[in-house]
Amino acid sequence: MDAVQLIQVADSTLRLSTPLLLACLAGLFSERAGIFDIGLEGKMLAAAFFSAGIAALTGSVWVGLLAGIGASLVLSAVHGLASITFRGNQLISGVAINFLAAGLTVLIAQDWFKQGGRTPSLEGSERFGEIDLPFAEALSGVPFVGPIYSEILSGHTLLVYVGLAMVPLTWWVLFRTRFGLRLRAVGEAPEAVDTAGVSVVGLRFAAVAICGVLCGLAGAYLATGQQAGFVKDMTAGRGFIALAALIFAKWRPWYALGACLLFGLLQAVAIQFQNIDVGGFIIPVQFMDALPYILTVVILAGFVGKAIPPRAGGAPYVKER
Amino acid sequence: MSKEPAIELRGISKAFGPVQANKDISISVMPGTIHGIIGENGAGKSTLMSILYGFYKADAGEIFIAGKKTEIPDSQAAIGAGIGMVFQHFKLVQNFTVLENIILGAEDGALLRPSLAKARETLTDLAREYELNVDPDALIEEVGVGMQQRVEILKALYRQADILILDEPTGVLTPAEADQLFRILDRLRNEGKTIILITHKLREIMDITDTVSVMRRGEMTATVKTSETNPEELAELMVGRKVLLRVDKLPAQPGDKVLQVEDLRFIDSAGVERLKGINLDVRAGEILGIAGVAGNGQSELLEILGGYATATGRIRMNGRDLDLTGTESDGQSRRAAGIAHVPEDRQSEGLIMNFSAWENTVFGYHLDPAWQRGLFMDNAAIKAEAAEKMQRFDVRPANPKLAAKNFSGGNQQKIVLAREIERNPELLLVGQPTRGVDIGAIEFIHKQIVALRDAGKAILLVSVELEEILSLADRVVVMFDGQIMGERLAAETNEKELGLMMAGVSGDAA
Repeated sequence: MDAVQLIQVADSTLRLSTPLLLACLAGLFSERAGIFDIGLEGKMLAAAFFSAGIAALTGSVWVGLLAGIGASLVLSAVHGLASITFRGNQLISGVAINFLAAGLTVLIAQDWFKQGGRTPSLEGSERFGEIDLPFAEALSGVPFVGPIYSEILSGHTLLVYVGLAMVPLTWWVLFRTRFGLRLRAVGEAPEAVDTAGVSVVGLRFAAVAICGVLCGLAGAYLATGQQAGFVKDMTAGRGFIALAALIFAKWRPWYALGACLLFGLLQAVAIQFQNIDVGGFIIPVQFMDALPYILTVVILAGFVGKAIPPRAGGAPYVKER
Repeated sequence: MSKEPAIELRGISKAFGPVQANKDISISVMPGTIHGIIGENGAGKSTLMSILYGFYKADAGEIFIAGKKTEIPDSQAAIGAGIGMVFQHFKLVQNFTVLENIILGAEDGALLRPSLAKARETLTDLAREYELNVDPDALIEEVGVGMQQRVEILKALYRQADILILDEPTGVLTPAEADQLFRILDRLRNEGKTIILITHKLREIMDITDTVSVMRRGEMTATVKTSETNPEELAELMVGRKVLLRVDKLPAQPGDKVLQVEDLRFIDSAGVERLKGINLDVRAGEILGIAGVAGNGQSELLEILGGYATATGRIRMNGRDLDLTGTESDGQSRRAAGIAHVPEDRQSEGLIMNFSAWENTVFGYHLDPAWQRGLFMDNAAIKAEAAEKMQRFDVRPANPKLAAKNFSGGNQQKIVLAREIERNPELLLVGQPTRGVDIGAIEFIHKQIVALRDAGKAILLVSVELEEILSLADRVVVMFDGQIMGERLAAETNEKELGLMMAGVSGDAA
């Protein structure tokens, strides 16, 4: 592997990690508040379609982004209604959202664009452009630091930087603000929050809404930043990988960044090196493609340390009796 | 001191479906006093206080705080009215620090740092003023129940509560911790706070309260000055008939050793050694009581003896070794060896709550040939037998078709006892036989256990209620931190001595 390849892999790691990171942080807010959300996938998918579809129709990626976030929020509201207000099963609600999004996006895409369930290819202002960070050009000559800054960090779309900025922001909100304290408390011991005179329902809806916004960003990034348009099932399990990353990260923001970068790296490696030759034995490309998913299974099977989920996670809050 | 009552409830009623938990209850408590509310489980004490704290909403009735009519639709309103409540099951966030738990819901602004700094200061003052010592930076899951309870009291005081409600506060405490709690309460009373103490322990009422109300089946049956009543009268008011508070039994006539336990050790899944070499034996015709604060290895001991945990060491039953790790270390083999088990948690281990009473009366013994008819179970025979057992053990209602969850705690316990005792075991293991059981049923359950002893059987009793151990057991051992601290004859010891051992003082020193 030479330096150029290394830089390429690092660059696409960042690119590929972003949707995972945004979805992972979305799940972090929701699960820290005690609402398990396996509907991250569905919300991302809906956001991907609506952001691309509306961007194609209006010609503005910003309107598209809002539409994507809106679609994701609607699904979040459904999840909140089912699991908080009506105290339904959070897994079933999440599964339903995933099915709904998978079917509905293709159906509407076909109805709107008649292109076999995809949106037209987005161009120009219909998608997020790449941003060159300040001094990227000037620094590119500096050895070592230069390439890292100008080749790897610079030249991504806005949402990549939003995703990275969300990590410290999430940490700060969770551990340095009143809202964060209450949010973490409601995922651990909702009865403590209730008896302290704070609304459990209100807090959980707030968390689910934040989850919706972040999933919206993740989906919009997929369709209008990383790719140029929506295709059927384009999330390809990223919502579930984000969930695995969340467990791997033990529900902590900085660990989440690490976990998502790891998954992103695996995907980047799979793309960069289609057939790896290990001492005469060729590792087939299919195996490399499958690696992130295999790792997901391994992590979910609990081989990576002991992860303790929020204690009240998955259970609707009912006062005794 | 004002003449206005600090709290006045008028005509409070609350129903949960068909169950009338509170019926037209009125009560008034003067400021600067401790008012006890006593009653059996399910009498409606906790419901009443939860209404006062805004946790439940009353169907009818009015609440007056310091003479002013006050609506309390939620806990926020209760806190605003100066009411603080310490629930029986603490409402704390386990992985938060003491300080974080105290400010939760009472923060001063959107950012935590200033709130935490202010709370730390206030906490130091409160701790000094009321002897409420806590470590502000300790995690709740790492401190003992005594400190957790102090945190709950501090939570209320931090919110400037003038009225403090405590629901069964001593259930989880050692006698020494309970004494400390009562000293704190006394101090709070002297500072002019009003305290409501909910309990089912008559002794606590007599020790600390100024006035006491008795509840029975959702109704307030009496309110009296504590100095003008006595435990016998209160017990009678609670149950509605005369009750025997002492267990009436003749001295034990111990026979041969039935159960011998030698150097029993157990390491749990987290790698913690829960039993550190237990030695004890139980003779025929005696009740061996194991005292100790919950969580000191008693549960693990019962689980190993009952055959659902593996251990190292030696257990002999009538001189024959029991298998502690292999294929014979299951409940079935233990029953075959003559051990019957009334588990500590009847709802998760003793019964299947959704199954009917008659089905529950054969669990564990369902493979008995007497219940088989060819390939099928002889349900008719089981039902007939169940009806008889329920009659003999005074289970109410005596309806074998009713699901276990529909019986009260005491009657559920009677179903378990009926199943185990009727098998006429050589050794009966009993864990917390009267936890969550009302006084009337306690009397009956104790009688049944003594009767089994008098029939020459061995009984191993585990209970966190010291009073129960002292009155029921013939011989007492105290467990602390997986070890046995000492052994005493029940007739020759007292709560103080056992309490010291429960707190970890060796029996030689105590």
